[in-house]
Amino acid sequence: MSYVAVRGGAEAIAQSNRLLDALRALGGDSAAIEIDVIERQMPILHGRVLSEGGLYHPTLAALALKQSLGDPLEAAFMLRAYRSTQPRLATTPTHETNGMRLIRRISAAFKDIPGGQMLGPTPDYLQRLFRFDLIEEEPQTFRDIARGWLGNLPDAALPTSFPKVVDALRGEGLLPQAEPCDGEPFDITRAPLVFPVPRSASLATMARGETGGLLALAYSNMRGYGDVHPTVGELRVGYLPIKLPHPVTGELIEAGEVLMTECEIIAMYEDTGTSDKPVFTLGYGACFGHNEVKAIAMAILDRSMQAGLTHGPRNPSEDPEFVLLHVDGIESMGFCTHYKMPHYITFQSDLDRLRTTQSKHQAREKETTDAR
Amino acid sequence: MRARRRRKPASYGFGFLDENAKKELRRALLKAVAIPGHQVPYASREMPIARGFGTGGLQVTLALLGDDDTVKVIDQGSDVSVNAANLRKFFALVCPGVQETTRTTEATVIQTRHRIPEQRLRDDQILVFQVPYPDALVVVEPNAAKRREMHGAANYARLWTKLYEDMVAFDEITISHRYPTRIARHYVIDPSPIPRWDVPKLHMADCLYLFGAGREKRIYAVPPHTPAEPLSFSDVPFRVEDFNDEHGHRRACAHCGATDTFLDELLGADGTKAYQCSDIDHCTQTAKAEPCERSSKSAA
Repeated sequence: MSYVAVRGGAEAIAQSNRLLDALRALGGDSAAIEIDVIERQMPILHGRVLSEGGLYHPTLAALALKQSLGDPLEAAFMLRAYRSTQPRLATTPTHETNGMRLIRRISAAFKDIPGGQMLGPTPDYLQRLFRFDLIEEEPQTFRDIARGWLGNLPDAALPTSFPKVVDALRGEGLLPQAEPCDGEPFDITRAPLVFPVPRSASLATMARGETGGLLALAYSNMRGYGDVHPTVGELRVGYLPIKLPHPVTGELIEAGEVLMTECEIIAMYEDTGTSDKPVFTLGYGACFGHNEVKAIAMAILDRSMQAGLTHGPRNPSEDPEFVLLHVDGIESMGFCTHYKMPHYITFQSDLDRLRTTQSKHQAREKETTDAR
Repeated sequence: MRARRRRKPASYGFGFLDENAKKELRRALLKAVAIPGHQVPYASREMPIARGFGTGGLQVTLALLGDDDTVKVIDQGSDVSVNAANLRKFFALVCPGVQETTRTTEATVIQTRHRIPEQRLRDDQILVFQVPYPDALVVVEPNAAKRREMHGAANYARLWTKLYEDMVAFDEITISHRYPTRIARHYVIDPSPIPRWDVPKLHMADCLYLFGAGREKRIYAVPPHTPAEPLSFSDVPFRVEDFNDEHGHRRACAHCGATDTFLDELLGADGTKAYQCSDIDHCTQTAKAEPCERSSKSAA
């Protein structure tokens, strides 16, 4: 029996890392994928990594995807780990999304909305059929797609600002007035979640939550473990200019823009136990990148958790602790993979308990048989 | 562990974390030492190793290490097991100047997963545990807010009930590792997945024990000379793992011959079993010190 083989440590890791890297290069003589190709041609995946990584760094997000062989969980994890080395420099003021440079904007609540519906790029009405010609796409044909699109753009400039659908409903007294948010937002990167947590902590946790995790919990509410029954008041995708205080003057300056998805869902009014006028209720979701499923799921969970706070959680999606501690991809994926590590000691302990319990069981059986 | 200059390894700073993060960790550690067994929440940072692989212990160690320290990393009692090797590689990368060792006696800081070294640690040594579940009450209460209240009131009735129910169902307490242990006669801690064998080492120790749970974002401590008592009934004493063979003889380590250590059970391809110390450094030192005794033992 080999003593050394059980403890193969450092060398095994080194070889495993080499092999993982070799996986990228083996089996073909094609060139290494370029960072900006990932960013441009897989923008949805790339946006997901930005969002779940919780750091808007497009170049590093693309590099993370390249390094992780396209695993979005691993890639988001790399961004997060990098973020731990960076200090917090400033807090932005609250950003209104009216001034977002939109690429898409829809409402399921009204046929016509101020500023109009704008379908934009969406796979929603795509027939999910293969376009086999894309298996071998000629460079020229590929370039012609963009040229053809840009050549046919209408001259009419789009408005730079679109009013929000929910503002119109607020004006009519159908939705609660927005609460002023002058306090410092809860920074989940600098303070742990100790329940109950403010809504800003909840929204921040979901904004970098894992898409699939948020979707699963929101779906449980949609199916019947809850009753949000949302109407998408507005869903917008676009570039939001980010304003930061100037380090010297403190004056707000535009530091750049981030691609993001925002969703407001409207749900039915509910008995609040007060004499206030009944109004619809709202759920809010927003995240980096173009990720509509995530924004909608987040908005539904925001609504369900607020309902849970009003009358106590009646199902998992209404329990903030249940939702917020289980939607982070970095944490859940890490803990899931850790089971692959050696657990010799704990298993030895388990064996000891089972064997002792078994021998006692056996002794009792024998006693019973003897007594007969 | 004095304050130290910033060094420059590649593009990451000394100790990987930014200085404010380390400051926050040290504050949490001080609070944990001041209130033995109390779980102090902290803003656990994401580390470049995965959650569940020791990020809590890692952050504690990084907040402690200075270039006058000597660090040892063990996993399952071994310095060369994959995770220990990986963590050591990380320390070498981000903590230039820090000495590495595999010798328990030489280390000032030891990061461990699932074991406490066999050799009694001194008052100038710190043992840092990697903790998956910081709260002993999680087996009886999933809600964290409720658990916090229960700890505050030192209300451990449901844990006692669980132990009692084990006795009724199995005539034996079935908790194998992570054995709930009462610290300074108030808080009950989850001592991390150490075997029951190691639990008595927490009691009135000379060294400082620090526990870091990265994913669950909690830090706690068992300071030196602090009572640490595993929960047990007066008529059902706490028992450590049994390493006797079918004839009631204590098994010896096949390598060093020790009969007073926690043993790994190794399965051979032919179905045979062998037993060896899980604490590799202790085993190596014992084998070196008593080569004659070992040969006589293995002959026996």
